[in-house]
Parts: sequence; structure tokens; C-alpha cells
Amino acid sequence: MSESSVRLNVFKTYKLYVGGKFPRSESGRVYEVSDSKGKWLANAPLSSRKDARDAVVAARKAFGGWAGTTAYNRGQILYRIAEMLEGRREQFVREVGEAEGLSKSKAGAVVDAAIDRWVWYAGWTDKIGQVVGGANPVAGPFFNLSTPEPTGVVTVVAPQDSSFLGLVSVIAPVIATGNTAVVIASEKAPLPALSLGEVLATSDLPGGVVNILSGKAAEMGPHLAAHQDVNAIDLAGADAALAKELEVAAADNLKRVLRPQPVDDWTADPGTHRMTAFLETKTVWHPTGSLGASGSSY
Amino acid sequence: MASLFEYAPAPESRSVVDIAPSYGLFIDGEFTDAADGKVFKTISPSSEEVLSEVAQAGAADVDRAVKAARKAFEKWSALPGSERAKYLFRIARIIQERSRELAVLETLDNGKPIKETRDADLPLVAAHFFYYAGWADKLDHAGYGANPRPLGVAGQVIPWNFPLLMLAWKIAPALATGNTVVLKPAETTPLSALFFADICRQAGLPKGVVNIIPGYGDAGAELVAHPDVNKVAFTGSTAVGKAIARQVAGTDKKVTLELGGKGANIVFDDAPIDQAVEGIVTGIFFNQGQVCCAGSRLLVQESIHDELLDSLKRRLSTLRLGDPLDKNTDIGAINSAEQLARITALAETGEAEGAERWSPACELPSAGYWFAPTLFTNVTQAHTVARDEIFGPVLSVLTFRTPDEAVAKANNSQYGLSAGIWTEKGSRILAVANKLRAGVVWANTFNKFDPTSPFGGYKESGFGREGGRHGLEAYLDV
Repeated sequence: MSESSVRLNVFKTYKLYVGGKFPRSESGRVYEVSDSKGKWLANAPLSSRKDARDAVVAARKAFGGWAGTTAYNRGQILYRIAEMLEGRREQFVREVGEAEGLSKSKAGAVVDAAIDRWVWYAGWTDKIGQVVGGANPVAGPFFNLSTPEPTGVVTVVAPQDSSFLGLVSVIAPVIATGNTAVVIASEKAPLPALSLGEVLATSDLPGGVVNILSGKAAEMGPHLAAHQDVNAIDLAGADAALAKELEVAAADNLKRVLRPQPVDDWTADPGTHRMTAFLETKTVWHPTGSLGASGSSY
Repeated sequence: MASLFEYAPAPESRSVVDIAPSYGLFIDGEFTDAADGKVFKTISPSSEEVLSEVAQAGAADVDRAVKAARKAFEKWSALPGSERAKYLFRIARIIQERSRELAVLETLDNGKPIKETRDADLPLVAAHFFYYAGWADKLDHAGYGANPRPLGVAGQVIPWNFPLLMLAWKIAPALATGNTVVLKPAETTPLSALFFADICRQAGLPKGVVNIIPGYGDAGAELVAHPDVNKVAFTGSTAVGKAIARQVAGTDKKVTLELGGKGANIVFDDAPIDQAVEGIVTGIFFNQGQVCCAGSRLLVQESIHDELLDSLKRRLSTLRLGDPLDKNTDIGAINSAEQLARITALAETGEAEGAERWSPACELPSAGYWFAPTLFTNVTQAHTVARDEIFGPVLSVLTFRTPDEAVAKANNSQYGLSAGIWTEKGSRILAVANKLRAGVVWANTFNKFDPTSPFGGYKESGFGREGGRHGLEAYLDV
């Protein structure tokens, strides 16, 4: 007992999660992360625009494979993330509690809600197509079917306050439908996000599908919003001025933009809008022919 | 040729499954004896070996099971959808974990090849639970209005051809939508449903939400007739389906019926022959043809009839019939002596009515119930083998000259469950599909199933759909 009380615990070096690996920032920069009372917690990587570009490359590389997996398989993997998180629940309760100044029970409720959120989106992967797609009864002899498809690489500016439930609530809908993500974690509370990378890495999620950067949204955001190989941006964690700046930059290649929306309660039913914001609709036409008398007209 | 390429036996091990000498009814979370103490034996149709002795439900047991389901309904239906979802996800995962055990069990009790239980039945069972798990907390998005409500107690009667898969089709959507269930498996294949009861226990499912009552048709009839059952779901013969439809008349029970079929598999002259032959074989010899959506009528365009039949016969000669646990077996045992007698009688009728019968050289094992793959050619639409559902490995071959004729012949049936179209031309596929009166149309493939895809029939193949968003409606008060 006395031995354990004098044992020095081992700190974790928090690292980025990019392309399935855990690099430090190429810039060599870190910044101090402290808890709600100002106590030092860790030195987090202060990602650079080069890190952001590397993350886009990784996300693009992963997109074809991820979008091409069956919806069923994506659902299995998202559910696996929930299983892995459940097993590391205590770690996240501690990290979320420290990050957001929550009691153990309140932090526990937040982590539980985040786990359940993965389950919610795991179930959506193979249902969203039936809910937002379907056959179109065109006035002609054509088979006409609309199906949703992922838009591509999505930059996600994660919520600043809800460092974990908010984070999960913006990542999961992006990848559930087959997009890949470059995520800028909450600037002041990035540690739960960086730890989430460790969970994703052990959940059968292919490397590069989710890439997590810590640092300043105001520094990386403009580069990602202007990046020509990014297809969409979720501005959830951007303040009004930054959101406007990023939306202007995003117009350059007509990125799909999800503007920041006030969220009072991240535990509320998330609906489907965070998925549909990053979906394209593809409509396929094919002649049905007709049964002529001779049968030759088709 | 045969001796040179003889296969060594490759049996799947039976040791992964531990079958108890006896099983009770699973009511209110407990295994219990039948009220009148009756039991029946379940045997392995490939060897006639007795596998276990199972309690046989009677009227009193049906009543007890319905009461247990009613008692469990209030709490189960009041659970948040997200919590019901997590129970179903647990069940899906446990099925995945135990899938080899369940595959071997199903092969033993049903007689179908391990190749099928391992690669088709079990993956589909797990996927079905996984799929409907995800719906449990998304019912507001299913297109039935806000907060659709469950019906109550579902009485479900399933057949022996896909015992565990039919259980999944019935139980997964029922639980996802907040109903509780009483399920009667077929008397020849009760074991996988009883193993499922154990999976419910492992998943921590509340007592009474799922009740399993093995028994005969009388127990099924009692269940359907029980006044406290709100929903009847039946998969089986059209004759029994009609009896159920009469029985529920005048009540407010919601009913879905998935009944017989006589699927037409239409091959046009531009179809890739080898691919079509594989599809025809899958269509009628998958699960020994004991499939309601089997492609049991082959409609082949006259100009390619001889070429196609030559290829088909050559292919049938390579099918391997025998020990269902052997990984190389294509054709397993017929499920029961009764079914074998029915197939045998219908095939004899086919011959007597003048159709030409052909089977490949094929040695049948001495014990168990076996029927060689069989073709009938020179079949007309008036022949019994072209009209009646045989539910066995028997294919009737008819011809046509024009697409119109193909469609007319395909639709000339009391049934309307499935159909197949083989052609390289997309517009022909869609035009023909448009005219077919069938619930599932496969183009350049056959016997494909997926939990997201609605399945069910037109006409006397029943009504209601299972699978997909559509499958929720059967269990919602909408």
C-alpha cells in the first residue's frame, strides 16, 4: 500500500492521429493543456498547416476504400468503436472530467452518451439510403433511382466546449455514410479527442478515415477551408467570425458547408441532418423498354 | 473421370456443438416441461439419428407463453429505443461469435449442407439482427409518422427450411419495434431456436420478451387463435396460410403471411449460358430446393433450349450429394420422411403426366432422406410439376419464343413470390421485371438475400414484406 502511494505514475505523450499513425506535429510545437482549474495536464501537439495538409492526403487516400465498403461493414466497424470505448470508459470519464470540469458522475453520463452515439450511427449506415433515397416515378419508360453517396473528404472543426460527446457527435455522422474526416479538436480541451484516436486505431477502422489534429482552429482552419482536395467543412466549433471567414474560403471550390448551429444539449436526438449535409444524391436512369407485340422494341 | 478426381472426405467437426439429451419449452426466461408432459424426438434427416427429445407445446403452454409475453410487453415497449437497440446488437454479436456452433447444429437438425449454413444462413441471421437493432431508436425516421407504436404480443410460426434465419426474420423486427414474441419453430427443426433462447439469456434479454414453444401444427393453430395475440406472422405453406387468414377474420390481429411459390427463371437467348446455368442451379438446388422462392420453373427461349440443357445436365452431374457436414457437399438431405414422400409423389405424377424425367448418375446414402437432383423437360403449363410447389430439388423446364410469351407463362401461377431474368440487355430486364407479378425479381442472379431488402409475395404467395424499412410496418400500429 505504501509502496503504491509513492510510485510515480507514467504520463502519456499525447500525439496526433493521422493516416492510422500517431505522429507528433511536424512543426515540433506543443502547447500547454490544463484542466478547468488551471492545473497542467499535458503538452499537446500544436499542429501546423503542413500537418493539416498531411491529414488531407491521408483522408483522400482512405476515401475510396472506405466509401466502397458495404454499409453493413461500416456499421460493424462503428459498433466496434462503441465496444472499444466501453472498455476504456474509465479513462475517458477521467479525461472528460478534467477537460470539462465535470464531476465523475456527470462525466460518466457524457461518456455513456458518446458511446451510445456511436451505436446510433452504426445503425444508420445501412438505413440512410432507404430514408433519403428511392425510386422516382418519372413520366416515361425509365427506371430511375436516387441513392445517397458520400461527398468525400470533410474537414470538421469540432465543438470547443463539448470536447468528447460533441466531438463524437460530429465525427460519427461524417464517416457513417462513407466520408473521411480531418478533425480539428477542441483547442482548449484536445486530450479526449487525441485519446479517441487510440480507440479508432483499434476498432478495425482503416487508417486515414479519421484524422485528428490538435491546435488552433484559427490557424489550420483557413488552410483546410481553402484546400482544393477537401470537399466539405463542418464549422461546428468555429466562432461567428471564423465561421464566416472559412465559409468564404470554402466557396473557392464550392465545398459543402455545415454552418455552426447552437447546441444546448449534445445528448438530444441528433436527427439526420449531420449525415445529409455531407451526402451527394446520385440518380441513375435506365430505359425499361416496352413489351411490344413482337417483343422487339426492347 | 470420377475416380481420378475423387474428393477426400472433409467433414466439419461436430464437437463445436453440444446438444443436450432433452430440451424444454422456453417460457418467461425459463426452460420448462410441457403442461401435459408431452415430448417429441428431433432427428438428423441425413442419418435418422435422434438428436434430442424436445418438450411439445400444447394449448396450456401456448397460453402460458402468451401471458409471459404480455407481462413483458409493458416494460419492453416502454424502454427507450436506444436500449432495445443495444439488446439486439448484443444478440447479433453473440450470434456472430457462436456462428460455427449454430451452423453445425442447423446442418445436423435440418440436413442442409454445412457450406450453406456456414456461408448463407448464419451470416444472414447475424446481419438481420444487426440491421433491425439499428432501427429500434430510429422509428421516427422510418416513414410511418412520429413515434409509431408496437402492436403488443406477436405470435410467430416458422418453417423448417431456414430455421434460424426465419426466426431472425420474425424476432428481430418484432423486438426492435417494441413487441414481445411467442415463436413456434417447426417440429422437425426445433433445436436452433432453443439455442437462440440461450443466446437471449447470454444477452441479458428481460424475461418473457422472447418465448420459444416447439410443437406441431396444433400448437401453431392455438397460438394464432389466442385472443391475446395482437400480431400473427407466418411463413409456410399456402394452405396453412389460407387457414390462418380465415382464423383471424373478424379480429383486429395484424397478419403477415409468407407462403409458397413457383418461381419462374427466365433465360433469354442472349444470356451468358455458363452464368445462367450457375444461377439456375442456385435457384432450384440451393437448400435441396426447399425454398419458397426457388426458381422451380425454368423458362428458356426456344432457340437456346438444347444448348442450355446440355450445359445444365453437365453441371448437375458434378453436384455432390451426401453428408451435409462435409464441406464439399452441394446437396444435403431432404428435411423429413414426410417431405421426401411428397417430393417423390409429385415427381411420379410428373412422369405419369408425360413429362420427361432426368437425373444425373447419383448414389444416394442408405440411411436418411435423399432425393437426387431432377429435371423435367417437355413440360407444359398444364402439368402438375409446372403448377404445384414441389419444395424439393426438382426443376421443370418450359420454353418460350417471345418476351411476351415468357411473361405470360411466368405469371401463369397462383403464386407470385420470385422470378429470375437472364439477359445481357438492361432494358429487357427492366421491361420484363415491370410485367412480372412477383415480389422479388432477380436479374442475372438468383436467391440473393439481404436484411435491407424487402422480401415477400404477390397473389397467393402471401402478403406483407420482411426485411428493410418495409419490414417494420408488419410490427407497428400504423
